[in-house]
Amino acid sequence: MSDDARRLHPVDVVIVGGGWAGSIMAKEMTEAGRSVVMLERGPDRSTAADGAYPASIDELEGNFRYKLFQDLSKNTVTIRNNSHQTALPYRRMAAFLPGEGVGGAGLHWSGVHFRMPPDDLRLRTRVIEKYGAKFIPEGMNLQDYGVSYEELEPFFDKAEKVFGTSGEAYMVKGQVVGKGNVFSPSRSDHFPLPALKDVYTAHLFRKAAEEVGFHPYSLPAANASRQYINPYGAQMGPCNFCGYCSGYACYMYSKASPNVNILPVLRRHPLFELRANCHVLKVELDADGRRATGVTYTDSDGKVVTQPAEMVILTAFQFHNVRLMLLSGIGRPYDPVHNEGVVGRNFVYQNVTTSNVWLDRSIDTNQYVGAGGGGVAFDDFNSENFDHGPLGFVGGSPVWVNQAGVKAIAAAHSGGPPGTPRWGSAWKAGVIDTYRHSLRIDAHGANMAYRDVYLDLDPTWKDAYGQPLLRMTFDWKDNDIRMNRYVVDKIGDVAKAMGARRVNLTKREFGRPFDTRQYQTTHLGGGAVMGTDPGTSALNRYLQSWDVHNVFVIGANAFPQGTGYNPTGMVAALAYWAAHHIRTTYLSHPGPLAG
Amino acid sequence: MQGLAGIAACSTVLASPPGHASRPVPYAPRFFTPVEWAFLIAACDRLIPADENGPGALALDVPRFIDMQMDTPYAHGAQWYMQGPFVQGPDNLGYQLPYAPRDLYRRGIAGMNAHAATRHGAPFAGLAPALQDDLLRGAENGGMTFGDMPSTVFFDQLLANVMEGGFCDPIHGGNTGLGGWTMLGFPGARADFMDWVDQYGAHYPLGSVSISGETA
Repeated sequence: MSDDARRLHPVDVVIVGGGWAGSIMAKEMTEAGRSVVMLERGPDRSTAADGAYPASIDELEGNFRYKLFQDLSKNTVTIRNNSHQTALPYRRMAAFLPGEGVGGAGLHWSGVHFRMPPDDLRLRTRVIEKYGAKFIPEGMNLQDYGVSYEELEPFFDKAEKVFGTSGEAYMVKGQVVGKGNVFSPSRSDHFPLPALKDVYTAHLFRKAAEEVGFHPYSLPAANASRQYINPYGAQMGPCNFCGYCSGYACYMYSKASPNVNILPVLRRHPLFELRANCHVLKVELDADGRRATGVTYTDSDGKVVTQPAEMVILTAFQFHNVRLMLLSGIGRPYDPVHNEGVVGRNFVYQNVTTSNVWLDRSIDTNQYVGAGGGGVAFDDFNSENFDHGPLGFVGGSPVWVNQAGVKAIAAAHSGGPPGTPRWGSAWKAGVIDTYRHSLRIDAHGANMAYRDVYLDLDPTWKDAYGQPLLRMTFDWKDNDIRMNRYVVDKIGDVAKAMGARRVNLTKREFGRPFDTRQYQTTHLGGGAVMGTDPGTSALNRYLQSWDVHNVFVIGANAFPQGTGYNPTGMVAALAYWAAHHIRTTYLSHPGPLAG
Repeated sequence: MQGLAGIAACSTVLASPPGHASRPVPYAPRFFTPVEWAFLIAACDRLIPADENGPGALALDVPRFIDMQMDTPYAHGAQWYMQGPFVQGPDNLGYQLPYAPRDLYRRGIAGMNAHAATRHGAPFAGLAPALQDDLLRGAENGGMTFGDMPSTVFFDQLLANVMEGGFCDPIHGGNTGLGGWTMLGFPGARADFMDWVDQYGAHYPLGSVSISGETA
């Protein structure tokens, strides 16, 4: 198809995907004086048009008709639990909700904005140091990122300042400065904005967690706690806890998004061009497959065109980046039988379960109040903050109340306590009690990478352009189930201290397979991971393809295994980290940045 | 609470299309046939019955909402991946039938009525509430199949749309008079709690408001 494609005027850099990573890379490359074309398969979006009050805060359209999300009718994935099954198409949105359109998942996200824990960045090394190599279960592909917290710190800091992140630091430049997360590493600076106020449920959780002896802290939130102007000159308004974050373009301009925090500046830059409704089919390579020459895409009129470029930066959603590498022949596809090859390897998810606590009926929990990134967490059982030795599992889980605003349809679907019918008068009584007087506590755990959990191209199903769908082979493993069950028991202790009238602890069950029908989270990761060994990573530590040096791949695809935290903060920091090395080294000396 | 309660109550009774509350015209379904409409009204009435806790699905105009939804791209399957082959697999791998919501209703209602006729000699709408509940529970628990469609597929579709209709913004034709939101204690489009976020445990004093400005 690319032989017949119309060839456009060459540019310096073509960027595939208009979300956080794409917008950051476009900003950085135009700052470096490079001409940039950013291709986005979905429509153009802005807060003014897509976030107008009150029409935009329509729960049916936002969370049940998926206005800002991927159009599955054109492109989806197939899923199976193991390689003996036939993977079947993910036909309806449920377990995870990838975005589409300018801003990507960065427009519809909630706003929890973390830095990666230092130990998570070198988890293989850390686990072996503490517990010995035999502690790693058979079949777990535990790896290091190949980059340290100290190296990433300036870029975590930069991302927080661009996002206008609200939070309270624990340690700045080695000095304890506040009541932040005692397990978090030292920072070069405070958060740009103070922490959001605690909603009532988070306030109760904080008190109870302290009583039990844990170390609660305010979740770092890219929801502005007050008016803010970021280093690019983009403006944010103060969050009013409206509760319409996840699934919506924040009408208050309070939730950080590419559309609010970067694109208003970028759109005016003469070296930048955004092309919406352009679906990239493949990255074009030269004859020996060692260098990208541009990308071929279907434009908004349905015409197939080729955009030549000196550099190609893939910044689509995690699994779309992996699929584009597979479709383009960049990097060796993963072979799970021999545990060789790298593209598709170490596909991971987020191991999250939500428990419920009912309080006295005299107390209104006001669950409709919320900020997507706000809340209170404790990290006593996250990362390597606790001794895994006697527990015998790898990984951990922060625990939090992250009340993002529960709305009416979602509440009706969630229903009453376990055992309550899903309809009829008993359902009504249960849902009213639950909505008015309960709260939710999440164990937001890490999911480790396993040899037989991976991504490849589906042999049967195709997208609207005739290309194979991506195939996910995924299931929960005993290590991760045991971790979840251990941490969820701690929620029971906190709920008791809250004076719970009733508690429903939700734990992952052994032998119960991954269920594509139930929403869990869109925190998918891995599949084209970063590292220092080309035998186990598709990308070097600068997010550069080991095989095609002028292709960089930015996203949660680079995570070698899952983490207890939300991915966006790390994705943004990795984008700034890669951009820094492109600007300081690659542009003047194009070639492999790691040997 | 605030004003307009009379108008809300009025539109509840008359069940006219949203925006046309002034004329007492009963809602005429555009998608559902009279037989299907009778089923839908009867089933909705059982799924969210009127009781001491608040209005039922009929007062909330849930059947009207579902009929109006049938005219949207969603009901035509435009948001679902509908390319074949359609291969059945384990439940946890999700929906694998070639039917869009409109087809699910056509086939599901016909199936429910056929089962009602076989077991009880009358269509669903003509049965006593207890028998209707038995049939709905049977469909919910997978006790029936409608051709190649397990009854759970139809039941889950129906229940999801009923919940949407009971608790969506009234702009979509359901949640008439904001009755669903008032019952739950959901303020709707108020969406501004800057001065309420730290009033811990207190009961929110303002009634719900819709996108169009209707209050309850």
